[in-house]
Amino acid sequence: MVWAIENGDVLLEATLQHLALVGQALAISLAIALPLGILAARRPRLHGVVMALAGALYTVPALALFALLVPLMGLGQGPALVAIVSYSLLVLTRNVAVALREVPADILDAADGMGFSRGRRLLRVELPLAAPVILAGIRLTAVLQISVATVAAFIGAGGLGDLIFQGITQDHGDKVVAGAVAASLLAVAADESLRRLETRLRLATGLAG
Amino acid sequence: MLDLVAWLRAHPDLLLRTGGEHALLSGLSLLIAAGIGLPLGIALTRQPRLAGPVVALVNTLRTIPSLALLVIMLPLLGTGTAPSVVALVLYGLPAVLLNTMAGLGGVPSDIVDAARGQGLAPAQVLARVELPLAAPVILAGLRSAAVQIVAAATLAVFIGGGGFGELISAGMGLLDTPQLVAGALAVAAMAGAAELGFGWAERMATRRLGPTAP
Amino acid sequence: MIRLEGVGKHYPGAARPAVDGIDLLIEEGRTCALIGPSGCGKTTTLRMVNRLIEPSSGRIVVAGRDVTAADPVKLRRGIGYVIQGTGLFPHLSVAGNVATVPRLLGWDRARIAARVDAMLGLVGLDPALFRDRRPASLSGGQRQRVGVARALAADPPVLLMDEPFAAVDPLERGRLQREITEILRRLRKTVILVTHDLDEAIRMGDTVAVMRDGRLVQHDRPDQVLAAPADAFVAEFLGSDRALRRLTLLTAAAACRSGERPPEGAPEVPAEASLQVALSILLGSGAEALAVVDGGPRPVGTLSLAAIRALAAGLPDPSGAVARSPPLV
Repeated sequence: MVWAIENGDVLLEATLQHLALVGQALAISLAIALPLGILAARRPRLHGVVMALAGALYTVPALALFALLVPLMGLGQGPALVAIVSYSLLVLTRNVAVALREVPADILDAADGMGFSRGRRLLRVELPLAAPVILAGIRLTAVLQISVATVAAFIGAGGLGDLIFQGITQDHGDKVVAGAVAASLLAVAADESLRRLETRLRLATGLAG
Repeated sequence: MLDLVAWLRAHPDLLLRTGGEHALLSGLSLLIAAGIGLPLGIALTRQPRLAGPVVALVNTLRTIPSLALLVIMLPLLGTGTAPSVVALVLYGLPAVLLNTMAGLGGVPSDIVDAARGQGLAPAQVLARVELPLAAPVILAGLRSAAVQIVAAATLAVFIGGGGFGELISAGMGLLDTPQLVAGALAVAAMAGAAELGFGWAERMATRRLGPTAP
Repeated sequence: MIRLEGVGKHYPGAARPAVDGIDLLIEEGRTCALIGPSGCGKTTTLRMVNRLIEPSSGRIVVAGRDVTAADPVKLRRGIGYVIQGTGLFPHLSVAGNVATVPRLLGWDRARIAARVDAMLGLVGLDPALFRDRRPASLSGGQRQRVGVARALAADPPVLLMDEPFAAVDPLERGRLQREITEILRRLRKTVILVTHDLDEAIRMGDTVAVMRDGRLVQHDRPDQVLAAPADAFVAEFLGSDRALRRLTLLTAAAACRSGERPPEGAPEVPAEASLQVALSILLGSGAEALAVVDGGPRPVGTLSLAAIRALAAGLPDPSGAVARSPPLV
């Protein structure tokens, strides 16, 4: 506690670094998972392959994934991003695909019958209706990424994990706790705020009773 | 690749010791998590009023980063196996608890009703009807918990808990790539084994329910 | 006008075609009720008209254009479509739903807003009350009204309806059937209505087309189908009470001997009542004949039990009792 008060600027900088890492990872994950999920929702066989691959990646412990990337990519933010993103693809892709598949068939039939083109139907009908479940995937992914990014300090990606590892090597308990508590608060805050957004979105789509 | 084989040949004892530690750490934690999560989950489905706050608490617990959960034990319980196990139990508990509740909650109420109507006592309904029907979902929870615990146990090295994380940490510190990779592959293999093993049990439990089961 | 010429659908690998060479002509402004047991191909036939299903053979002409040559997406914007669950978009307001096709067609805002209000008024929903509501807050009947308003929004000449009222409770269903039929007649829409409900087919169809195993078995006016089923299958499908059903299509005024003085003390029946109602009064009172009244000083005529019996049996109708007599294929 004393450490955190005396070193507010260090803590703030580490937090911002952490957020930047997660923000980038989330943006990249979305850029991959959104089209992949849309594709997987339309092709069951591709869906199976993607889920199996992403599932296998998800099983690999975070620290092991980081360690395996070191001989290939060295240290720093680059390999950290690769690991965090590949770790997130399962949850995000799955939620996008599931969300799109859960759009009721009669609504799609009505849209087709009224003359929506495929692209327009996706944009105006399917994605708006799938949004809450996709956002749930984004929430789970953000929480996961905040956690994995903490470990990423092990390969020199900085962030709040840095405080933890420094504290451990310097035998500085306060610093360890400051980093751990800050990372936890960040995860809880992300979870809570995205959960609220999700509830609002659910009401807006009119599917929740 | 050759380096890796050479390293494994040179250090079978180290691999065996860290592997044993990792398995003990994970197994013990999973056992305790199940020992708490299963009865607690059953109790909470009977006490819906308590369920709300507990689920909220567990959901918060679930969002805490694994590394944070482990290192917060340092000032509280110091270093070693015991604080590692406490942290890992907390880490695995949400999956067991939530899936137990979801599994029991998903048992069709008409089936429970029919069992009660035939004169089964509450404990008999639980043991003969609800738990078998909820088994696939509960096992899925145990599977997630097992994989998560094996993964998080890699981080136990940072609070002196040993395990495969030791190889990764030492490999990193000594710039010994073969050791680093050996540790990573070993723990990935153990996590994969946990996933496959529990996945198999899950399928068996589902199959026992017959073709009409979800 | 909708014309199907030898239209068939054969799914690869299927033993027999789902739809087998159907010829069907629906005159402009008429409603054809397509009926038959489940799996008979009626929905497939309907969905080929807006090419949600591609026909494997034959030609479909809608309002003078061959639909098989048209761009399916654009084609559908010119054909109204109403389905069982309504398929209303839950994330849009009632107004947003009704505005769907006009928006696809690129109408300007003011025109869309005016059209939405007009359509809601048409189907009996006060625009001020319903415009901004969400589908989830509507009753089944109200949802179905919005579904019809949405289908009519861009004023398509042709409307396809697939079991439109199946999800509505029986009381509301009857009212909806009457109101919607009246609206479709007034707007002179050409309609194909798929239903498994015989009463609905009789109530809403100017003609009834009976399908079985992918083939069209009979297409005629409801009273004709009921009076003279084409074969044993149609007869069984229509049920043993088809004679009674037929009586619902005929009015007392049209079946009575006009000008004839009813016997002293004969019970009265309103001129616009159906023969089924008249029969019920006859049976209930034990009388042999009824006085048909229209509110004037003296009865319009006399309706005897014998006359009803003759009509129910499908004998040639001397008085020309059937009011609706569209030309058929």
